[in-house]
Amino acid sequence: MIEVGDEVEVVKDGKTYRGIVMPHHAFSEKNILIIKLPNGYNIGINLKGCKIRIIKKGRKKERKMGEIPYDEKKPTVALIGTGGTIASYVDYETGAVHPASTAEELAFAMPEIFDICNIEAKILFQKLSENIKPKDWQKMAREAAKYLNEGKPVVIAHGTDTMTYSSAALAFMLKNLNGAVVFVGSQRSSDRPSSDAFINLMAATKVALTDIGEVVIVMHSSISSNGCFIHRATKVRKMHSSRRDAFVSINARPIGLINEDKIEFYGEYRKRSKGKVKAKTKLNENVALIHYYPGMKREDFEKMIDGKDGIVIAGTGLGHVGEHLIPAIKNLTRKGIPVVITTQCLYGRVNLNVYSTGRKLIKAGVIEGEDMLPEVAWIKLMWVLANEKDVEKAMRENIAGEISPRLEIDAKNFI
Amino acid sequence: MDYEKLGFRAGLEIHQQLATHKLFCNCPSELKEEYTSTFERVLRPTQSELGEVDKAALEEARRGKKFVYFASSSSCLVEADEEPPHAANEEAIDVAITVALLLNADVVDEIHFMRKIVIDGSNTTGFQRTALIALNGSIDGIGIETICLEEDAARKIGEDGKKVKYALDRLGIPLVEIATAPDIKSPEQAKEIAEKIGLILRATKKVKRGIGTIRQDLNVSIKEGNRVEIKGVQELKDIPKILENEVKRQIELIEVKKKLIGRGIEKKDLEKIKITDVSKIFENTSCKFIRKALKEGVVFAIKLPGFKGIIGGIKYKEHRLGRELAMYAKMEGGGIVHSDELPNYGISKEEVEEVKKTLRCSKNDAFVLSVGKEKIVRKCLKAVLERAKEALKGVPKEVRRALPDGLTEYMRPMPGAARMYPETDVPPIRISKQKIQKLKKKLPEYPEEKIERMVKQYRLSKEEARQLVYSGREDLFEKFALEYEGYEKVIARILLNVMAEIEREGYDSSIVIKKMEDVLDGLKKKLFAKEAVETLLLFFAQHPEASLQEAMENCGLKKISDEEIRTIIRSIVEEKLDFVKEKREKAISPLMGVVMKELRGKADGALVNKILREEVERVLKA
Repeated sequence: MIEVGDEVEVVKDGKTYRGIVMPHHAFSEKNILIIKLPNGYNIGINLKGCKIRIIKKGRKKERKMGEIPYDEKKPTVALIGTGGTIASYVDYETGAVHPASTAEELAFAMPEIFDICNIEAKILFQKLSENIKPKDWQKMAREAAKYLNEGKPVVIAHGTDTMTYSSAALAFMLKNLNGAVVFVGSQRSSDRPSSDAFINLMAATKVALTDIGEVVIVMHSSISSNGCFIHRATKVRKMHSSRRDAFVSINARPIGLINEDKIEFYGEYRKRSKGKVKAKTKLNENVALIHYYPGMKREDFEKMIDGKDGIVIAGTGLGHVGEHLIPAIKNLTRKGIPVVITTQCLYGRVNLNVYSTGRKLIKAGVIEGEDMLPEVAWIKLMWVLANEKDVEKAMRENIAGEISPRLEIDAKNFI
Repeated sequence: MDYEKLGFRAGLEIHQQLATHKLFCNCPSELKEEYTSTFERVLRPTQSELGEVDKAALEEARRGKKFVYFASSSSCLVEADEEPPHAANEEAIDVAITVALLLNADVVDEIHFMRKIVIDGSNTTGFQRTALIALNGSIDGIGIETICLEEDAARKIGEDGKKVKYALDRLGIPLVEIATAPDIKSPEQAKEIAEKIGLILRATKKVKRGIGTIRQDLNVSIKEGNRVEIKGVQELKDIPKILENEVKRQIELIEVKKKLIGRGIEKKDLEKIKITDVSKIFENTSCKFIRKALKEGVVFAIKLPGFKGIIGGIKYKEHRLGRELAMYAKMEGGGIVHSDELPNYGISKEEVEEVKKTLRCSKNDAFVLSVGKEKIVRKCLKAVLERAKEALKGVPKEVRRALPDGLTEYMRPMPGAARMYPETDVPPIRISKQKIQKLKKKLPEYPEEKIERMVKQYRLSKEEARQLVYSGREDLFEKFALEYEGYEKVIARILLNVMAEIEREGYDSSIVIKKMEDVLDGLKKKLFAKEAVETLLLFFAQHPEASLQEAMENCGLKKISDEEIRTIIRSIVEEKLDFVKEKREKAISPLMGVVMKELRGKADGALVNKILREEVERVLKA
């Protein structure tokens, strides 16, 4: 049987092709055999009317990494892998790219890191970030707490799509942080020379070694390779599908900027505290996040809220929904189900005193979500429902930097 | 030179830009220099399975370059590597397949784009996207190994210390790359094949024209030499000279090797060479650049055992080893002086002797000096030593850059073959039999076919037709020839001779195409004779705004009636009456010259001849 990696000779219409059998591409047609020619190019050959002969069976290559170096004079950082492309390896022979699947591979993602610290690497799980679930946040929080309580600040390598969800969840779950928890990822996978992974990872490790005692995200600050922002986990959002500076602090300035060895702090941050970290990881996952749109049908809305223990609405402008939904909202609040209003503008604060619809919503008993991002309010509500007695009070309070009491004037550009 | 005896083998790699939008985005394939944004990047060699990195890639990274990119309206987030590539441009694929069919190559069943690692900054991604379209073609008995479709690189617009500046406009323009087998047997043949391939590419009418839109790389080797790739040959006419020079260079390097081996030099002799500080010797030197450099720098030296008389050139001074050593030093940001060229530059005989003594040079040993900042000097001499080791092996396999004077210089080592992995962001493209059939039906004429057809259809000479096709003006010719039947020869003459004449005079010849219709209309209406065409067009070249009327007036081409012609001819005939009576009919042809002097451009030659004949017959009858 012909297998990937075998060297074969294909004879077709009197022409002979020689090459190594490549894995089938998801979009390749069924009867196409992909081979890598000696010149390095892959081509697809239609198998119809072909004669194939195996010249040499491929052999499984053993991956071996060196031993992870350890220097007792250097601090140790825990590097937790959860998936994503921050550490991946190319096999030029087959062209296959595989993400780091062992602690060694993860640790060796960027060997220069060993110059500044020791790395204790662990693959916690390997998931595309769109597949990550609240259960995974809990796992991450417990793992981070474990390392922090061993005196090792934590860097979590994570896919970028839902990184801000995970980071916000950990920000609510981890109490009395005695070290930094730094989320990091890459917008260009690390198998490319232009990857942002290396700069991001190096910067994240350096941030982990500071006196910051918060959950943060460290990613490129611009499309140039000249520094990374340190974002507060509850104030940051992925605002671009592909740019490397996709991560933006919203309704807050980033905590700081790190460029090579220089860190510039833009404002206050929580310093690492003494004592032990506590991971309060309980969540009530039965919360809906609803994006209001013009003409949203009451029946549809009611289906979405049916049986939920809490609702977060991303409303229009200052925090509105069509008046026709207000009776349904009233029904919820009457039953004691919290309804939190945020704005789909993302930028700015909810204020329901200005227009009549807003005033009606207040009368219907909703909770104004201040300047919280909709998804952050959603995660917060899940956490609050599981951990706090007075839900409304907790939702209005700043627990993990998610609410800015004042929004500074930045006249030039708020984005 | 006897290329057959030398074992000369050469292959071509021709890169032609296509006149479509870019390969992986919807940006126009146009160079635009109004830069609206700029950004800066670094690149890093990727780790392969075993943490190995490519040799060439590593060398680029070692230089620690930063890349500054300038973007204009000809590029988008895709070129900035801030957005994944879009699906490959279908029109470009069709052109590439058409070229493949014209070269009798086998088109693959499914096209797979690859990432070819290039980390000199010319690709923001750190790789060039390239796909093999077809294999096993041929032209004039020379094999065509591969036909690829790839994206052009960014345009280098400057270098400033450790920063290299690139414009993004060129990045992503589709390129068809045609690689011949190393079947070419002489430098002259290389040029002919390159020209032929160029014609075939142009026949598709979908390729860009003008400077920089077609580039030739040459692969060349001789017996006992090695394969060397020469990049960036812009002009076809330079190919033979560049190849001839490379042959000489390889002969020189083979001589170097033989001589070193003859002197018993081995690699280990070079491995134990230490860099020595000889600054002291030059404390009171009269060499200006050393004196200047010593203020905050050093003079270091290395001995090159057995290299005496070898660095300065053995057989071909122009291709001396010294040039190669100097280029290695230049890549590290410094320069060198070697003992074969000393004493010179104000370095005295005594200083040379002193250096030799310090380095313990014996009779056959040479030395190399480098002057400047210690860090750079060390790197330079280390690089020189590396290159000197290669000299023991003969000709290194490497990539060189073509220079305007027909010489070449070292660029980088030959990249390893395993630098490609699949571009998973671009879906593979299935090429159906139906598609090939469809493109086969629409295949453009081969250049030879076209020449033959033009000879028949327009009654041109073979040479005229050939020149038109080779000049690339055959489409223009056909456009006008179909509109102005009977004027084919005039049109050919304008496109071939008059345009060349105007260019020689230093004017913009594109005016000819703009004014062609006016002039041909005038000719058709017999406003002037065809002899006036050149004069008129030359006038237009100098006065592009002028109207035909103004041009005619300025060139003294007022319309002249048959009666006026007759009056002028009659007066000339009567003036030369004795001559006419003596020579009878034989007087017509010498008289024609006299008459045309008066009437050139104002009257049609055939008409003048007719009237002259009538007038001569009239006086003879009288």
